[in-house]
Amino acid sequence: MTQHSLRILIADDSDTDRLILQALIKRLGHEVIEATDGLEAVEKFREGSPDIVLLDALMPRMDGMEAARHIKALAGERLVPIIFLTSLSDAEDLARCLEAGGDDFLTKPYSRVIIEAKIKAFDRMRRMHDTLSSQHEEISERNRQLLEEQTIARRVFDNVAHTGCLDSPNIRYHASPLSVFNGDVLFASPRPAGGMLIFLGDFTGHGLPAAIGAMPVAEIFYGMARKGFSGADVLREINQKLKLILPTGMFCCGAMVEADFKLGQLRVWNGGLPEAWVLRGDGEQLLLPSRHLPLGILPPEQFESVMETVHVQPGDRLLVMTDGVLEAANGRGELFGLAGIRRCLEQVEPAGHPFDVVLEGVRAFSDKAAESDDLTLVALDITDQPAVPDVSGQSLPSALAGPTEWRCEYEIRERTLGDFSPLPLLLHICLEVPGLRTRGGEIYTLLSELYNNALEHGVLQLPSEWKRSAEGFGRYYSERQARLARVEGHYIRFSLHHTRKPGGGRLRVVCEDSGAGFDFRNHPLVSGETGEGIGPRYAGRGLLLLKRLSKNITFRGKGNHVEIVYDWNFSAHQGDGDDR
Amino acid sequence: MTDRQHLDEEALAELQDVMEDEFDVLIQTYIVDSRDRIASLKTALAASDADAFAKTAHSLKGSCINIGAPRLGELCLEAEEAGKAQDLGEASRLVAAIEQEFAAVTGLLEGFLVR
Repeated sequence: MTQHSLRILIADDSDTDRLILQALIKRLGHEVIEATDGLEAVEKFREGSPDIVLLDALMPRMDGMEAARHIKALAGERLVPIIFLTSLSDAEDLARCLEAGGDDFLTKPYSRVIIEAKIKAFDRMRRMHDTLSSQHEEISERNRQLLEEQTIARRVFDNVAHTGCLDSPNIRYHASPLSVFNGDVLFASPRPAGGMLIFLGDFTGHGLPAAIGAMPVAEIFYGMARKGFSGADVLREINQKLKLILPTGMFCCGAMVEADFKLGQLRVWNGGLPEAWVLRGDGEQLLLPSRHLPLGILPPEQFESVMETVHVQPGDRLLVMTDGVLEAANGRGELFGLAGIRRCLEQVEPAGHPFDVVLEGVRAFSDKAAESDDLTLVALDITDQPAVPDVSGQSLPSALAGPTEWRCEYEIRERTLGDFSPLPLLLHICLEVPGLRTRGGEIYTLLSELYNNALEHGVLQLPSEWKRSAEGFGRYYSERQARLARVEGHYIRFSLHHTRKPGGGRLRVVCEDSGAGFDFRNHPLVSGETGEGIGPRYAGRGLLLLKRLSKNITFRGKGNHVEIVYDWNFSAHQGDGDDR
Repeated sequence: MTDRQHLDEEALAELQDVMEDEFDVLIQTYIVDSRDRIASLKTALAASDADAFAKTAHSLKGSCINIGAPRLGELCLEAEEAGKAQDLGEASRLVAAIEQEFAAVTGLLEGFLVR
C-alpha cells in the first residue's frame, strides 16, 4: 500500500536531533516543517496547518507542553496528533505531556521502524476522525433539513386541514401539537342543513407517510361535508381514496360522527378506534365499539358505510378517542385501558366535564410530559339549540360561489351526429355547479338517455323492438351505421338551464330533435299506465330511469321535444341510491 | 564507572544510511552543538544554577543518545540527576568527566568521517 504524503511539523531545539528526525521522516516520503522552539512551533502550525506534530518536551522560550495546548486549541475540531519527542524517563513528566494534549511519545534514540509505525497509526486515526466528523456534519445538516421540512409540511397541512368548527362551544378536544406526524387527524365541519360532521382518524405509522395520507382525508372531509354529503358518503370516498393511495399494511382507523341536533340524533361509524362513549345526562353510559375494518383496507364494493343511529337529547355527551388513550402506560408498564376511563368517569363531579377528567386522568396515570403524548380525545356536547359556528370564509359552501344561474344551448348537426358525442361536454358544463359535482352519475344518465333516444329513435327512426332478438340486434346496429350516413338537415339540440333554489338548485334540460317524434299521448308509460311499454320509442327501461331520476318529465310537440326538471339539495342523502 | 562503549558503531552505520550525504553535516552539527552545551554546563555551574545545569544536561543527553554515544549519554543523565538534586559538587565532577568523554567521542567521530 502506498502511503500518501503528510505534512509533519518537527519542533526540537537540538539541531542534531532535528537533523536526524527530519531525515528519517523525509525518507518516509513526508513533507517536513521545522521549528526550533515552542513559540515557533505554534507559529508554523498556524501557517502550515500540518497533519501531525512532533514536539520536544523541553525547549527554550516555550516548552512542548505549552505549545501542545496552543496547537490543540488552534486545531479545534480537527484531530492533529501530537507526539512528544523525549528522553524523559520520569513517569510524572510523561504524564504531564499527555495532560497537555500529547497523544504519544517517541523516545530517543529514534528508531526508523517505530517512527514509521507511529506515523501510520496516527494517520489512520486522523483520517477516521475526519470521516466521522464529516459524517456527523452531514447527519446534523440532514436532521436540520428534516425538521425544517416537517415545519413546512405542518404549515401546508394546517392550511388544508384547518380546525373547521372544532372551536365550537360544544366541542372539546385534545390533540398533540405535532399530531399529524404521529398519525392522528381530527376534523369537524358544520353541515349546510344544520348539525355537524366530525371525523377522528389514526393512521398506522408515524412521520411523513402518515401526514401524507392525512392530506387527502382532510380535503375530502371538508370538501364533501360543506356540500352536504352524509357521513356515510364521506367515509366511502375516504376509504376509496386511501385504498388507492396507501401502500399495503398502511391504513387509517377512524370514527365518523354525524350530529343532528334538531332531530336529537347521532349517527356514528367506528372502524378500528376504541369504543366511543355516549354519556347520558342521567348517568347512563352507552359504548359504541368498532364494527368495521379501518379505512383504506376494503375495496369500494365491499366497504360498509352504514352508520349506527343513537337518539340523544340535550345534556348527553359523546366521547371519541384514539388508542393512545387506552395504551397510555405507567412506569410499571400497565395500560390505562377501558378500566382507566371507567375510573375517571366515576369521578366526574356534577359540574365537571368527562373530557377534562379523562384527559387529566390519563396524564396523571402515564405521568408523561403533555407535549410528548400520542393521543387524541374529542368530546361533543348535545345542545338543544343547533350550534352555528362561525365558519365564514373558511368552509362556506362553495356551491354559492360557483355558477348557479345560467343557460346554454348546444346543437349538433348532420355529419357530426355520427362522429361526436356531446355528452362529456354537456356533463362538464353541468358539473361546474359545485352542488351537481357530486351527482355526476345521475346527470350523465339523464343526458345520455335523452341523447340516445333523440339520436337513435328520433333522428334515425330505429325501432327499439329490433333489439329484442339477437338477429334484430345485429340488424339494428348495421342499420344505425347506414342511417348515420344520411342525416342531412337533421339536428339534436340541448338547452340547459340552471337556477338556484333555497338549499340547492334546479337543472332544466330540454332535448329536441329533428325526427318525426312519437305518439307520446298513447304511450303506456308516459300516459301513466303501468305495464311493459313496447312503444316505437322509449323502451320501458330508459323512460323509467328518466322518471325516477328527475322531478318532472314533459313531452311536447310531436314527441320530439322532451323537458326534464332535476332538483338537488345540499342536505339530500346521497347514500340512498348506491348505483353511482 | 560505566562499561558502555564510546560509540555505538551499529547505530552510527544506520544513521549514515539514513542521512546519506547529510551525514557529515550531522556529525559537524553534533560536535558544535555539544561543545556549546558543555560550555553552558560550565556557565550554569559557575552561576550555581542547578536547574539550568539539569536542563542543559538533559538536552545534551538526548542528542548523545541519538548520535550513538551511549557512555557520554550516561554521564549526561548522571549530570542531569545531580542538577535536579542540587548537588553542585557532583555536578562539577561530572562536567570534567563529560569533557573527557566528549574529547574521546569527538576523536572517534572525526575518524568516522575520514573513513
